[in-house]
Amino acid sequence: MAWPALIAFTIFGIVPLFGVVALSFTSWNGISEQISLTGLDSWKTVLSDPGLPHALWVTFLIMALSWLAQTPLSILIGVFIAAHKRYRALLAVLFFIPLLLSQAAIAITYKMLLDPNFGLGAGLGFEFLQQNWLGEENLALGVVVFVVSWQWIPFHSLIYQGGVRQIPASMYEAAEIDGAGRVRQFFSITLPQLKYTIITSSTLMVVGSLTFFDLIWVLTAGGPSDATRALAVDMYQTGFKAALMGPASAIAVILVLVGLGLALLLRRLGGRDATASQLEGA
Amino acid sequence: MKRRNFLSLSAGAAAATGLAACGKSGPSDSSGGGGTAGADAASYWFLSGPPGEPIRQGAVDRFNKANPDNQVKVTTFQNDAYKDKLKTALGAGQAPTIIWGWGGGGLKSYVEAGQVDDLTDWFGQNAAVKDRLFKSSFGPATIDGKIYAMPAETVQPIVMLYNKEAFEKVGVQNPPQTWAEVMDLVPKFNAKGIAPFSLAGQSRWTNMMWLEFLFDRIGGPEVFGNVFNGQKDAWNNPASIESLTKIQELIKANGFIKGFASIAADTNADQALLYRGKAAMMLHGSWSYGIIQAEGGNFIKDGKLGYFNFPAVDGGKGDPSNTVGNAGQYLSIYSKASDKQKETAKKFFQSLLDDTEQEGWIKTGGVPIVQGSNAKLASSPDKDFLNFIYDVASKAKNFGQSWDQALSPTAAETLLDNIAKLFQLSISPQKFADNMNQVIGK
Repeated sequence: MAWPALIAFTIFGIVPLFGVVALSFTSWNGISEQISLTGLDSWKTVLSDPGLPHALWVTFLIMALSWLAQTPLSILIGVFIAAHKRYRALLAVLFFIPLLLSQAAIAITYKMLLDPNFGLGAGLGFEFLQQNWLGEENLALGVVVFVVSWQWIPFHSLIYQGGVRQIPASMYEAAEIDGAGRVRQFFSITLPQLKYTIITSSTLMVVGSLTFFDLIWVLTAGGPSDATRALAVDMYQTGFKAALMGPASAIAVILVLVGLGLALLLRRLGGRDATASQLEGA
Repeated sequence: MKRRNFLSLSAGAAAATGLAACGKSGPSDSSGGGGTAGADAASYWFLSGPPGEPIRQGAVDRFNKANPDNQVKVTTFQNDAYKDKLKTALGAGQAPTIIWGWGGGGLKSYVEAGQVDDLTDWFGQNAAVKDRLFKSSFGPATIDGKIYAMPAETVQPIVMLYNKEAFEKVGVQNPPQTWAEVMDLVPKFNAKGIAPFSLAGQSRWTNMMWLEFLFDRIGGPEVFGNVFNGQKDAWNNPASIESLTKIQELIKANGFIKGFASIAADTNADQALLYRGKAAMMLHGSWSYGIIQAEGGNFIKDGKLGYFNFPAVDGGKGDPSNTVGNAGQYLSIYSKASDKQKETAKKFFQSLLDDTEQEGWIKTGGVPIVQGSNAKLASSPDKDFLNFIYDVASKAKNFGQSWDQALSPTAAETLLDNIAKLFQLSISPQKFADNMNQVIGK
């Protein structure tokens, strides 16, 4: 019964992937009919370009910082909204709104709010908000991480909410009989039980952060200078702005490899018993 | 939305225009009035949205009505969608007969791929079509001495705009005539809490305009000409290093508004800074006039907007009448179109910029690229500005093309990237030149 999905995945996922691998051994400007094989030239160009390690570093920073910002908050919020109370359900719905907005819309909105001359800071007269948010290299990266987290924390909270609700109530009852307090219950039951949820959510965060493009593009266009030029932005600029489809394809292949590697690594972290039941003794 | 939208929005474009253009992303077909567009009709793609779209559509409608045997079929696109769609269509061999574009490096890449027809002979046989247009408009249409595109629509030089009220506040009557005066004015404005210059630095090409003028004023058009012609180490020219140093001096003196690196041109915040008096001057395309008119309330009506050509640099070799910008918009003929389609396209070219179309452009605050079109400007409420633009464009000894459009896409991207770093003060002028020398001729 999996064949329709398989066919779609082959056509839209696998075939283009091979196309990109093939293109990375050519030089093509995107419009001419002639695509000439140039062997490893594109790869040499990309690997010797100081822009690549920089883009990898920026990508890594965004990935690590947004993971650090999102995971603790998502777990706490997930636990909070997992409880069956009406006001929490309402909060959960409100909280969910950022996820419904398109990344481009979010980026445009934040760009306007953070404008040093016409934005929130200038409008409300708050000095500390009147920073050159998107014009200074460190601040701009921070803003990207903040906006990414703002958008995705609701999604990950939802995953954690589901995870928390899977934990049998009997475990908490037993803990209560043993005299464990709220905090103790959280660290001894909730967190260990959420192990696989954390791995799932982290995989989504880490691999997802490799592909952040639209948000960064609209917010900073990779700038100031190249402070937020992550791998996906670098790929777009190389391919579609500089009309170098060969090197851009090589960057795309690197992006795929990094993503695959990270996903495998995170699976490994789950340990060999990743598929075993967690509910023994429940 | 990026720069090309602004190019298409010459004066008269409102914020609403931008929004309208954004809201409509897909292509929309509309065959010309009265004509039945058959399979042998010439297809014509161009940008949607006012003020350009109705004027372009009107020209097609009039042509179709007058030529029942030669029909032009229109498809319009929103700006960014157009560029992507056109690239894909060219790559796939399905481009329209008439390709609307910006000339220069983009056109050159079509020429090298054999995608557009050489029109040199046709212009030779139809001297009347050629001679009525601004000579400067043929620059970006000419690749290696051959003409590959029909210049069309309006001329859009880059000019200096200023806020007269801000000048009154610091007790200065006249705008600066030389670079030394510019540097003198900078601390005066800063002392009053007014930024000397507005700049939408995130867009990068906005910064580039400053370099285009400084290079021209200091070393003349040859300096960039050598880069364009692929001369080795052309960026090491002393005039080039001097220009790059001068711009960093201006940045260090706080010549540009605080936070300019985070301002994008597509929000029109740079114009807003000028008309709200937060900045005193702004170097920008003539299309800014329309944006200020639409969004700046009574700023223009109250006579607060001033304008002048970029100041001279003492001891510079370049003629201070020189200008840079867009010398026109460009129509090319797809090399794989049928003979009938090509014939229609050429006939259509002959019909362009008739009186009705010229009046249409003038109403939107644009100056048509037709010799003597200034005679028609007198009746416009914006005649002062339009005459100024006409003079700048027609009197310029040299009308430089925007660098990013003159160079190949590869070199242009490296250029913009390095310009961003130069303005961020993260690279020195010499480092800039070194980086750029590596992509000369690419």
